[in-house]
Amino acid sequence: MAIEAQGEATGLSFHPMEQFIVRPLFGDGPVHWYTPSNVTLWLFAIVLATLALLVLGTRGRAIVPSRSQSIAEMAYGMVHKMVADIAGKDGLKYFPYVMTLFMFIVFANFLGLLPMAFTVTSHIAVTGVLALSVFLTVTAIGFIKNGAHFLDLFWVRSAPLAIRPVLAVIEVISYFVRPVSHSIRLAGNMIAGHAVIKVFAGFAAIAAVAPVAIVAVVGMYAFEILVAFIQAYVFTILTCVYLKDALHPSH
Amino acid sequence: MISLLQEAVTVTADHTESLASSVAYGETETATGLPQLDLSTFGNQIFWLVVAMVVLYWVVAKIALPRIGAVLSDRQGAMTGDLMAAEEFKLKAKEAEAAYDKALADARAEAGKIVAANRAEIQKELDAAIAHADAEISARTAESEKRIREIRGSADTDAREVARDVTAELVRSFGGTVDQAAVDQAVDNRMKGALQ
Repeated sequence: MAIEAQGEATGLSFHPMEQFIVRPLFGDGPVHWYTPSNVTLWLFAIVLATLALLVLGTRGRAIVPSRSQSIAEMAYGMVHKMVADIAGKDGLKYFPYVMTLFMFIVFANFLGLLPMAFTVTSHIAVTGVLALSVFLTVTAIGFIKNGAHFLDLFWVRSAPLAIRPVLAVIEVISYFVRPVSHSIRLAGNMIAGHAVIKVFAGFAAIAAVAPVAIVAVVGMYAFEILVAFIQAYVFTILTCVYLKDALHPSH
Repeated sequence: MISLLQEAVTVTADHTESLASSVAYGETETATGLPQLDLSTFGNQIFWLVVAMVVLYWVVAKIALPRIGAVLSDRQGAMTGDLMAAEEFKLKAKEAEAAYDKALADARAEAGKIVAANRAEIQKELDAAIAHADAEISARTAESEKRIREIRGSADTDAREVARDVTAELVRSFGGTVDQAAVDQAVDNRMKGALQ
């Protein structure tokens, strides 16, 4: 609270967490489940951005692609290759699902970097739902495709028989921790990066440290652009890894 | 890739550290703590997220991906087609070259044949002309010989005539009587060997 007191004295105001507050889009009332909120606005901004890139950007259907079409093709190629390389050819059936996840997260992260924007992926509720849906889908696929053989995932046959039960316990725990780490990794990165930028921006009010603060904000911003892509990539690649475990559970 | 991931991990670590300090400010201003942990907004977020994801999935799976996939396979097809067409053209060029070579060889052979035929024809004509000339020459020679013989024959007869007449005149001049048969006999005897 020492910084808080100092902030009061110098007229500084730090509100690094304010940007994450969920507010109704119209009026000032309570946030019901159906209330259009800033979350709604930015979720549909993501949908529109994806639509603009993947649908409007490719409307030419050109053999020699335009700029936007080559970006869309690059995204398609990257995710398609990722699914094919990691989950295998039979994983390509789930390519639209993985592509949707990737486009959603990458646009959520990048749109969240706009000044005054709301970052939907900085919320545990959002990333938690995404991670849980991946977890449940993958588990369902695992049991449907392999039946009881899916449990081979937890029974490490390459290990000596004596330590297999121990490994099985560890494997089961790590399996159920997956959605937690999967969601918190993304949300944590987004929260932290945005909060740090806000804190540095708050320091810019002090003339003496303003240049340093502005340079720091610029640096952090550049860094966050990198993080925005990497986290989308990591989330997608982990989805592919989980999908691979579900399709080919034996070690 | 690995180094990129490692970087991402360190980024997470850095962020978590700074997060600890930033959480402190948040708590003082909203009193409810992190907005992310405000359970009253979860229903709203999850509802709209599900709506947005369903729309997004529909857009991506039903419109975007089939279209991009079609464009990519079209391009692949066009490239394969072009390469095949190029291969075909190359083959055709080779065929054309072979045909040209063959035509050239044929033309040479034909030219050789024509030259040989012409030569043979000319030879034949030449032979015919030579034979004709030979025949002419021999015919003329034969004629000339005949005429020479005639001239020689007539000269012989004329000489005999003159000799007889002269002999008969001489005998008459000397006062003898002319016995024509004896004169002829004498002249013939004298001329034997002289005009042969």
